[in-house]
This record gives sequence, C-alpha cells and structure tokens, in this order.
Amino acid sequence: MKPARRGFLLAGGGLALAAAGVHVSAQTAERVIPVRTYKFAFDPSVIELKKDEPVILELTAHDVFMGFNAPDFHVRTDVVPGKATRLRLVPDKAGTFTFLCDIFCGDGHESMHGTLIVT
Amino acid sequence: MGIDRRTFLQLAAAGGGAVFASSLAGCASLGGAGREFHFVQLSDSHWGFQGPAVNPDPRGTLPRAIDAVNALEEKPDFIVFTGDLTNTTDDPDERRRRLAEFKQVVAKLDNPHVRFMPGEHDASLDRGEAWKEFFGETHYVFDHRGVHFIVVDNVSDPAARIGEAQLAWMKDDLSRLPKDQPIVLFTHRPLFDLMPQWDWATRDGAEAIAMLMPFRHVTVFYGHIHQEHHHRTDHIAHHSAKSLIFPLPVPGSVPKREPVKWDAQAPYRGLGFREAEPDVATEWALQEYLVSGSRA
Repeated sequence: MKPARRGFLLAGGGLALAAAGVHVSAQTAERVIPVRTYKFAFDPSVIELKKDEPVILELTAHDVFMGFNAPDFHVRTDVVPGKATRLRLVPDKAGTFTFLCDIFCGDGHESMHGTLIVT
Repeated sequence: MGIDRRTFLQLAAAGGGAVFASSLAGCASLGGAGREFHFVQLSDSHWGFQGPAVNPDPRGTLPRAIDAVNALEEKPDFIVFTGDLTNTTDDPDERRRRLAEFKQVVAKLDNPHVRFMPGEHDASLDRGEAWKEFFGETHYVFDHRGVHFIVVDNVSDPAARIGEAQLAWMKDDLSRLPKDQPIVLFTHRPLFDLMPQWDWATRDGAEAIAMLMPFRHVTVFYGHIHQEHHHRTDHIAHHSAKSLIFPLPVPGSVPKREPVKWDAQAPYRGLGFREAEPDVATEWALQEYLVSGSRA
C-alpha cells in the first residue's frame, strides 16, 4: 500500500475503527463486498463467502445508525450514516450463519438480519 | 447452587434479620400454608402490539393476567414487570399513549407494590426518555425481607449495553454488601450470551456477571425471550419469564426468530406469569401460571 493511500484510510475513519476493535484491511487484494443498510434490511441480505478467504465488508448506512454483527465469527461494527465502514471477516468454518443489526433502530429492527453462506 | 436450611437461616440472620428467617420457615415448597414472602414476575406485555396471527386478543391478554394475579390465593409481597411493557413505535407521541394506557391497565392490580423496568421496545429509541416520564428511574435497588434486589437497565442503550456509568453504580452498591448477602437481579435482556444471533444477549453482561461472582447467593430474573428458560453461569441462576403477548421459539430450534403462531385450539398457550419465593433447596422456588390463573 502506498503511504498516501494509508494516510487516506486513517484520516477517513481508520483510527475510529481501530479504536472500536474493527480490523481494517492492509491488503488491497482482499475482496471488498459492499453492504448497504436501511430501515430495516441489509442489501444484500445473503452473502456468499469462501472458507478461510478474508473479505472486507464495506458497510454504508442509508438512513439511520445501525450495527452489523456476525456472532458466529465474533465480528461486529457500528454502521454510521455518511461514511463507509470497513469490517474484515475471515470465515473459518463452513455453513449457514446469521448476521444481524445489533443496534435497536426502529419498529422493524427485529426483522433486520441476513445470512452468510460459507462454502 | 443449593444451600442447606441452617446456612440459609444464618444468612438471613446476618443479612436480613429475623423477618427473612421467618419467611424461610414456611417456604420449603410452593403452595404450602404460611408462606410469608413471595413475588410475582410479569413480563413482555407489548401493549400496542397488533398481529392477529400470533395474538388476536392483544388488548385482552394482559387484563386476563391481571385478573389471575388478583385472584391468587396469597397476595404477593410485590409484583415486578421485567420490561417490554409496550410494543415499540417510531412515533414518540404514540409511545407515550401506549405507556399511559399500559399504566392505566396495570393500575387494576390489587397490590400497592408494583415495580417496573423497561425493555428495548419501551426505551431503546429514545434512551428511556418517555418511559421515565411515566415510571421514573430505569435502574434502582430495593431491599425486602433480607434480600437485596437490583434492577439493571440493559435496554436504554440501543446497543444493548448496561454501560460504564451503571456498572460503576452497581459496583458501588455491591461494595457495601457482605459476600453471603442474598441478591436478586431483575433485567430485561439475558446477561449471558443465550443466543446473540437472535439478539438474546447483553453486550457487556459478562462484566456484570463477573462483578456478582464473589457473592454466593445470586439469582437473575429476566424477560425478553418470551419463554421460560433456566441457565447457570457457575453458581448464578438465570430464569427468564413467559410473555403476555406471544411466545418465541426455543433458542436455535428454528432458523429465524419469529413469534409462535396462535393456536385456536389452545388459546394463550405459552403465555403466563410466575411466582417466586425463597427456597432452602434451590434458593428460589418457581411456580408458573397460565394467563387464566391455572398452574402451568
């Protein structure tokens, strides 16, 4: 990674993410999967991954403050409107797993979840 | 963790005095004559909920349970609602209307000692602001017959955290108690990771549990999961209560957490409330009731 690129990431949210325990990719080779959140769904709601292949979920909130949590892989992050949040995920097991919004965001919050399919 | 009668009586004498000791004398089992101390737990009434497929009687279920509590053979010392008094709404005015209506409905409880705490449906969208207007503080302590009760708010933070300030408050409160003090926590969400995939957890619940570990007699009563569930984290028992609106599936039994459909052949099935009283063998003896008032 070029120094200029590293500086951009840190200035653009890397410090905040590091403070929140979120892993930011240091390798441009990792697959980036855009995930959009809005009341009350994830788009896409089904994400297909390969076991042991690291990916970067690039989360953007369309309307309100949300959370992304994949408990089976012990990763989560806040998703704040107005900026992209990057979350590194290394699926270390195959199967079908739930991810969910873990910030109570409104009267449809309880239906706000999706599926990770790891093969 | 069970303790023997002698130990419990010693604890009562040290921590709660003769009143608690006398309460234990007649409480080896539920239903016996001479009980002197028990409480009723009601939970998750979700006032304002609409969904005929899961409960075609949303405005009648809570009143039925109230009638059943009023008709109990022995009046409980107090009644506690462990959250989700109302169903969530994005409209702050409607939220207040539901809270006001709920308060009117539960005023029919024939008991002057009713305690409340919020659930995420009541409090997470405005950090408990509306709820406090009707019911006051969302976390507090009280003592009754030698037992120290701690009401913990793990819902006003929409991220399902107790939070540093409340944890510090709890630590300070616990610092004044002897390690053999009987303690009961009331929370809405489970403090342990029951099923985070279904949002059945408290993000910093482990910190509260760690704080309670040095105390030998701790029990947690909670709601949120709309079913009876019993679990232990080491010696600490955790008991969840049934709902008064619709049951939810057994954790992990189905892919999605969806309300269990209403069964016209068995209306109100899976709904109810409970009595709890100190017990020499199990610390707390529980009796579950249907909303009709029959024993479950």
